[in-house]
Amino acid sequence: MDLLLRNAHLVDPSLGLDATGMDVEILGGVITRIGKSLQSSAEVCDLNGAVVAPGFFDMHVHLREPGQEYKETIATGLTAAAAGGFTGICCMPNTEPSISDPFVVSYIKERAAGHLVDLVICGTMTKGRKGEELAPMAALVDAGVKMISDDGGAVRSAEVMRRVFEYAKMFDLLVTQHCEEHSMTAGAAMNEGHTSTKLGIPGWPAVAEDIIVARDILLAEYVGNVRYHAAHLSTKGSVRLVREAKGRGATVSCEVTPHHFMLTDQAVEKHGTMAKMNPPLRAEDDINAIIEGLQDGTIDCIATDHAPHAMHEKETDIVSASFGIIGLETAIPIGLTYLVKPGHLSLSQYIEKCSINPRKALKLPAVQIKEKERANLTIFDPHKTWRFEESDIRSKSKNTPFVGEEFTGKVIGTINNDHAYWSN
Amino acid sequence: MTVSARKRLQPQPPSANGRVFSSSDRRDLLTIEALPAETIIGLLDRSDEYLKSLIATGPFQKSKLLEGRTIVNLFFENSTRTRTSFELAERRLGGDAVTISPAASSLTKGESILDTVHVLEAMKVDAFVVRHSASGVPAFLAKHLPPHVHVINAGDGAHEHPTQALLDAAELRAALGNLRGKRIAIVGDITHSRVARSNMWLLKKLGVHVTLVGPETLLPPSVGEVFGVAVSHNIESVLAESDAIIALRIQLERQSRGLFPSIEEYRERYGLTIQRLARTRAIILHPGPVNVGIELDHEIASHDRSFMLRQVKRGVAVRMAVLEWIFSN
Repeated sequence: MDLLLRNAHLVDPSLGLDATGMDVEILGGVITRIGKSLQSSAEVCDLNGAVVAPGFFDMHVHLREPGQEYKETIATGLTAAAAGGFTGICCMPNTEPSISDPFVVSYIKERAAGHLVDLVICGTMTKGRKGEELAPMAALVDAGVKMISDDGGAVRSAEVMRRVFEYAKMFDLLVTQHCEEHSMTAGAAMNEGHTSTKLGIPGWPAVAEDIIVARDILLAEYVGNVRYHAAHLSTKGSVRLVREAKGRGATVSCEVTPHHFMLTDQAVEKHGTMAKMNPPLRAEDDINAIIEGLQDGTIDCIATDHAPHAMHEKETDIVSASFGIIGLETAIPIGLTYLVKPGHLSLSQYIEKCSINPRKALKLPAVQIKEKERANLTIFDPHKTWRFEESDIRSKSKNTPFVGEEFTGKVIGTINNDHAYWSN
Repeated sequence: MTVSARKRLQPQPPSANGRVFSSSDRRDLLTIEALPAETIIGLLDRSDEYLKSLIATGPFQKSKLLEGRTIVNLFFENSTRTRTSFELAERRLGGDAVTISPAASSLTKGESILDTVHVLEAMKVDAFVVRHSASGVPAFLAKHLPPHVHVINAGDGAHEHPTQALLDAAELRAALGNLRGKRIAIVGDITHSRVARSNMWLLKKLGVHVTLVGPETLLPPSVGEVFGVAVSHNIESVLAESDAIIALRIQLERQSRGLFPSIEEYRERYGLTIQRLARTRAIILHPGPVNVGIELDHEIASHDRSFMLRQVKRGVAVRMAVLEWIFSN
C-alpha cells in the first residue's frame, strides 16, 4: 500500500511530536518520509488538517467467538475496531469455551490472521473462569497470551487470587481483574444510589468494586513484582485506591470506559436496558473522580469493554437483560467530545491513554510516527460535529444507547499491517 | 360522568416523551410519579362515585363504557386481589377481560415478554394490565406497543403500584378528609416495596407529611432525600403523631438473606400490636396479604380503625375509575 497523507496534524506524545501541515509518505506499509509539501508518486490523500496519531489500542473487547457468533465474530469485531479507529485490540476470554486452553488461542489467532487490526489475546486466570483452579498459564503464554483475567466476574477467593498472582509472576503476565465483590451484587441491575432507590431496581454498590480493588492491590503488593491491571474502573473509591497504590510505587495500572465518564446512572431512566452495564454507570462525583484520575495519571488507559449482545437479550426487563454495550465505534467520538473538547485532557494526553499506555501495560512494542517505522496510525477529525446513526454500526450487534447522539470528533480511518480502512 | 369530573379528567400534557420510566403522550397509567395532582384527585373523585354503586345492594348494573374493548391482564407475577379486582372492574364496565399468567406458559418455552405481548396484541387488544417482578416492564411494553393500545401498571418490581396508591389515598381521604398537612407513616420493608414508592409519590403530591419506619437494612439508600420524606427506625416514634399508618408485608425470606435478625425482633420494633394501637389515633392500612402476628396483631384486622377490607372494596372502584380515564380520550 502506497499513500501520501497530505496536510496532517501529527501528534505522537511518545516523541513529543505535535506538528500541523505535515505530509506522511507510506510505501509498502512503512513510513518512508515525513515532511512539508512532499512530492511522491503514491496516491495522495488530503486530510485537511485531521489528526494522525499512533494507532489506538483497545485492551478490553469481547469478540464472542468462539461460541456466541450470533452476537459478534472475530471478523465483524475486528472490522468494527478498524472503523472505530483502533489498530489493535485485546479480546477477553469469556467465550464459549473460555480461553483457558491453548487450542482456543490458536483458533482465535488463525481467525484473526491477515487483518488490519492486531489482535492480542487475554486468557483466563482460572480454569473455565470458575475461580477454583489455576488456568494453564504456561501453555497459554506459549500460545501467545499476553494478559489473564476471569473478566465478566472477579475471582472470589482471596486465596485463589494470591496463587494467581504468584503463578502469573513467573511469566510476567499482566493480571487483569473485573472488580466486583459478588456477595454484594447478586441480582443487581444498576448502580446503588438515588436512581435505584427511586426506580426500585436492585443496586450494585460502588463499595463492592472498591473492596476488590483494595484486596487485589494488597495481594499484589504482598506477592511483589506482579503486574496488576484493574479493568473498567467506575468508582471514585477505586480511583483513590489506585492513586494511593501508585504513590507507594506498586506496579498497578487501570482503565476506564467511555460510558463511565460520559453517563451517570440516571441514563437508566432514559435508556433502560441499554444503560445496563457491569460495572454499572455511576454518579456525578464518580465521573468527576475519573476525570481527575485521567488528568493526574492515576488512570492509564481508556478501553471500551465492547460487549455485543443480540437485540432480544437487551429488549427485555432490566433484571434479565444482559450487561454491556458495544463501544468500539463510539469510543473516540465520546473521548473527543467529553474529554478533549471541554479541555479535561489535551489531545496529546488523550492519545497517550488510547495508544501509548495500553501497549505499555501489555508490554507490547511501542508504535511511533517516525520514518522507517511501520505505518500504524489512527486518523480522526477532532472538530467534526455529526450524529451517530444505527447505519454507522459495523459490529454485528447494535446494543448501544448512543444512536442519535451528537458528537464532536469523528474517526476518518486507520492504517496498519499495510492496509487502510476509511471509516466513511 | 358530571361535567366537572370530566374536566378534571382531561389528558395532561405529555411529560418527558419516550422515557422508559415515565409516561408518554398516549394514555397509560405507568407511574404515580408522572401523574399530576389534578389527575389523581379526579381519579379519587370518580372512585367515590363507583364505590357508591359497589356498596348498593342487589345485582350490579353493568356499564357499557368498555363495550367492545378487550383488556388482557398479564400477570407475570402471582396476585389474587389485584388481579381479581382488575377483572371485576373491567367486566363491570362492560369490557371483555382475559387474564393470563405467562410465567407458567410461553416464557418457559423461550418466548420473550415482548413476543408474548406482540402475539396477544395481534388478537386485537385495547389495553394490557401488567404485573411483573422487574421494575420498568409496563413502561417498556408501552414503548413497544402501538399508541392505541393502553398499558396499566399493576405492579412492577419494587418500582410502582399506582392503583394501590390510588386506592389507599381514596380511603385515607374518605376517613381523614383533605390530606394536606396530615401525617402518615409507612412501616416495613421499604426497599422491596412498590406500594411504598407509589404511596410516597402520591401522598407527597397531596401535601402529606410522610415518615418511613423500618430497619436500616430495609430502607434503600438516600430514600429520605429522594422522596422528600422523614425516616425513623422505631415505630414508637410515629404512634402519637400519625393520622394513618400503612403497614407493609414483610417477606419472610428477607430474614434468611440477612436483612433482619428474626421475626420476633421485627415484630418487637415494627409490629402494630394491640398495645401500640391503643397509643395512636391512626387508622391502619395494609396492602395485604397480612402476615398475621408479625406486621399486625390478629385483633387489629377486625378493629374499627382497620381499613383492610375497605381497601379491597375500594380497589375495584379505583380500577374502574382508572379504566374510565384510560379510555376517555
